[in-house]
Amino acid sequence: MPILHALQETFGFVPEPAVPMIAETLNLSRAEVWGVVTFYHDFRREPAGRHVVKLCAAEACQSMGSTALAAYAEEKLGVAMGETSADGRVTLEPIYCLGLCACAPSAMVNGQLLGRLDTAAIDEIAHDIARDGAKEMAR
Amino acid sequence: MSLIHEIDYGTPVSKSEKLVTLTIDGMTVTVPEGTSIMRAAMEVGNQIPKLCATDMIEAFGSCRLCLVEIEGRGGTPASCTTPVMDGIVVKTQTERLKQIRRGVMELYISDHPLDCLTCSANGDCELQDMAGVVGLREVRYGYEGENHTKLGKDESNPYFTYEQSKCIVCNRCVRACEEVQGTFALTISGRGFGSRVSPGMDEPFLSSECVSCGACVQACPTATLNEKAMYDIGTPEHSLVTTCAYCGVGCTFKAEMRGDELVRMVPYKDGKANRGHSCVKGRFAYGYATHKDRILKPMIRSSIHEPWKEVSYEEAIQYAASEFKRIQEKYGRRAVGGITSSRCTNEETYLVQKLIRGAFGNNNVDTCARVCHSPTGYGLLQTYGTSAGTQDFDSVEESDVILVIGANPTDGHPVFGSRMKKRLRQGARLIVVDPRRIDAVRSPHVEAAFHLPLKPGTNVAIVTALAHVIVTEGLVNEQFVRERCDWDEFQEWAAFVADERHSPEAVQKYTGVDPALVRGAARLYATGGNGAIYYGLGVTEHSQGSTTVMAIANLAMATGNVGRNGVGVNPLRGQNNVQGSCDMGSFPHELPGYRHISDDATRAAFEAMWGVPLDNEPGLRIPNMFDAAVEGTYKGMYVQGEDILQSDPDTKHVSAGLAALECLVVQDLFLNETANYAHVFLPGCSFLEKDGTFTNAERRIQRVRKVMAPKNGYADWEVTQMLASALGFPMTYQHPSEIMDEIATLTPTFRGVSYAKLDELGSVQWPCNEKAPEGTPIMHIDGFVRGKGKFILTEYVPTDERTGPRFPLLLTTGRILSQYNVGAQTRRTANTAWHAEDVLEIHAHDAENRGIRDGDFVKLDSRAGSTSLKAVISDRVSPGVVYTTFHHPVTQANVVTTDYSDWATNCPEYKVTAVQISPSNGPTQWQEDYEDLSRKSRRIAAE
Repeated sequence: MPILHALQETFGFVPEPAVPMIAETLNLSRAEVWGVVTFYHDFRREPAGRHVVKLCAAEACQSMGSTALAAYAEEKLGVAMGETSADGRVTLEPIYCLGLCACAPSAMVNGQLLGRLDTAAIDEIAHDIARDGAKEMAR
Repeated sequence: MSLIHEIDYGTPVSKSEKLVTLTIDGMTVTVPEGTSIMRAAMEVGNQIPKLCATDMIEAFGSCRLCLVEIEGRGGTPASCTTPVMDGIVVKTQTERLKQIRRGVMELYISDHPLDCLTCSANGDCELQDMAGVVGLREVRYGYEGENHTKLGKDESNPYFTYEQSKCIVCNRCVRACEEVQGTFALTISGRGFGSRVSPGMDEPFLSSECVSCGACVQACPTATLNEKAMYDIGTPEHSLVTTCAYCGVGCTFKAEMRGDELVRMVPYKDGKANRGHSCVKGRFAYGYATHKDRILKPMIRSSIHEPWKEVSYEEAIQYAASEFKRIQEKYGRRAVGGITSSRCTNEETYLVQKLIRGAFGNNNVDTCARVCHSPTGYGLLQTYGTSAGTQDFDSVEESDVILVIGANPTDGHPVFGSRMKKRLRQGARLIVVDPRRIDAVRSPHVEAAFHLPLKPGTNVAIVTALAHVIVTEGLVNEQFVRERCDWDEFQEWAAFVADERHSPEAVQKYTGVDPALVRGAARLYATGGNGAIYYGLGVTEHSQGSTTVMAIANLAMATGNVGRNGVGVNPLRGQNNVQGSCDMGSFPHELPGYRHISDDATRAAFEAMWGVPLDNEPGLRIPNMFDAAVEGTYKGMYVQGEDILQSDPDTKHVSAGLAALECLVVQDLFLNETANYAHVFLPGCSFLEKDGTFTNAERRIQRVRKVMAPKNGYADWEVTQMLASALGFPMTYQHPSEIMDEIATLTPTFRGVSYAKLDELGSVQWPCNEKAPEGTPIMHIDGFVRGKGKFILTEYVPTDERTGPRFPLLLTTGRILSQYNVGAQTRRTANTAWHAEDVLEIHAHDAENRGIRDGDFVKLDSRAGSTSLKAVISDRVSPGVVYTTFHHPVTQANVVTTDYSDWATNCPEYKVTAVQISPSNGPTQWQEDYEDLSRKSRRIAAE
């Protein structure tokens, strides 16, 4: 696990060619390492976008309208759930419970927790990400 | 005859001696402590529904079908993971359990295709059975939602399919791969709904780490992992228990049949050598038996330059008999001889040697054990008094330190390899003495405590150095030695090995092994608890093969590691019946039971039974036969089931010998390489087509059962019998059991063996006689067979085969998991998917110096000859050492091996040849000439 964390930290994801190397080093099979890598969603198999938006899709949030909100976010951010935009700016993905059920629907944007989301909040997130993109362009 | 259904107890047996009594469904059950409730219920015939449990692997508790109620306890615990306790009262069928089980089953079926009627496992599916058992009547969830029923198939493995859509993710395959086989090739990728069985990194089975042992297929409760034959042929309707005809492990299988067609070979849990496990060869590679290359009609020709002519058995036999008689009249009684096969049954081997001694009237009989384990027979006879290993395979479960010398169990003896790895994962320590970094040195979850990568040919030096450390550091088990061995001989030996010239530091100049490793290994073996030695052809196939066997025997005696469970000296026999062929008197100097031909009393017993006088002079050994043939004094030969041209060393010499014969009779399944020089070809019959017995490496005599009629008309023993009769030495056995009865009458160690006993007990390990009516799993328990264990001095004498400027590298040969010996069988199966050609392993340093890149064609030259093959750059071999296999006739690795051999037994020195490697652009002259001869020689005249 520490090796996978270090790879994730360094590269932002766990590159596939690293798996046989880890297996060889720890005297495990490739299958075993692969089982661990794929078990944890946060060990990414490819690099994430510069911004990561995780919308909660668990039961409590669903009951508070997270499904519709997710569709809205897909449209606003211009990226399908579980994918990264072609320009690498943003990754949108579901998450199953942030422990913020009391403030459902909830999300985590670049590691920061947000609660009681509505379309306006999504607009704001999308705006911030777009502005950041413009800043980068300017640079 | 019907299909044999083995009971699945759900969880493994508990070995505890403490008993626990409980009540299950009103019945009182007493079982060992640690038994699961599931198993205890099955012991009284109550089958608790289950999906994720099977008794080859530990309980897992994931399927939730096996829930039970226990009086006075809340909840519904899983019976597979709940151990029995004294006095508990268990109910396995209640209304509540019924509702839960139905609900669980409904969920399983909601994500499973409903194509039972057209499914390959229809009638052989536990999911189907369980749906019935729990009374599933409807699935309320529908199939509109997301499910896995449309996933595709992986057909990459030649023998089985992985049909993902049918997977219920019970984990049985993953656990079988880990616990039974020990390869860890499978995992569950993803989680939750996304969980899927994944070979390697979601790879196809063929390119994953999978070794195709079949344990996962065996464990799968559905059609997810299913033999392709089940698709093609259908489910079997009857089965017979028989013994695998590949390596010396001797796995027991159920041959599952449909009419006279073999559907599949399924490992048999009651098999005492394999305990329900198998490898890719025994489990799947039986297709050679029905391969189109098989020759089913007898053939003759007067010269090897003529095409073959198909004739009747009678004509072929008469021709062979008249030729042998003519040769004997012209050149003398001893101008003919024969070779018995270590692949044929004991009974067949016995008959061939009987024919040679009785009909030919000489002792020119030898067997392929000459070229593999003859030093074992000699070495262990000298030191312990028995020409065989000391243990059964179960013994490894009690070993604490396992010393593997010159053997590669995971490739050569895979099922034993798996059993050994299981013990290693439980904490036993491993020492490997091998020039090459074999898989056991380091592979998932197994790591040798010491690997001594010695230079080929220095075994005696290294084993004597181990003894030096044990003696000089005071690690000898003196009590054992005083009680069990000859003390004077021991003292002489101890003084000998203690000499400074045998110290690890002193022998490093020969072995190249770091003395610290040698010292560490010796200390571990001597002090680590039960120490067991397993060795293979890397020990025997040397100019000092017998010396190394004796050095190993010394080591075990000095440390007291003989005569109980978990220890011992264990030769891993190469072929299925090497032990048996040696037992059956296949050697030119020994009658059955290892009794010397010059012993008048023994000879008299055989003369009385056979009604002919026997020659009291030992006959020719295999290499001497070739020498005599080249010399012109040996002219006729009967070879049963052995391809001497490809398997024996120094091919050019062998071919010159064979070409000089006036009558060579080959009895084989195929026109093998030896048959290129034959005048009479008698079609052989596979192990599926005859009755008999094989004896495996643990001296275990096991039944081979006829599951189909001989495709060539006769079993091999019947053909031998016809030939003997034609030679004027009538044999009239009606069944192999009569041959075994004769063997039992004449051989003290086999006196108690009969087919009736084998049928009753499944198998017996010889000695089986009045003293041990049920056989002898472990030998030398109360004392050595010879009386006192004999220590023999083992002076290291370097082989005459030396490297020099012209031949600077050392070649050592071996084999690979998917192929077997000369490959006559495995090359004719889909096992070629893993190993299509022999390759040369070479270290990057040696390759770089010669401008050789990975995959290049290279020429391999020695003093004896040259061949060419592809190079693979590998760090398994050290610089200065190269390695190849000898499975393919196009390569003919034995063209380069030399005629040096063991001083005592003539076992060839396959494992050490000085060679040079150079880049090449095609086959050598020898390969081209041989290919040409081979093509011409295999012509069969049209009728």
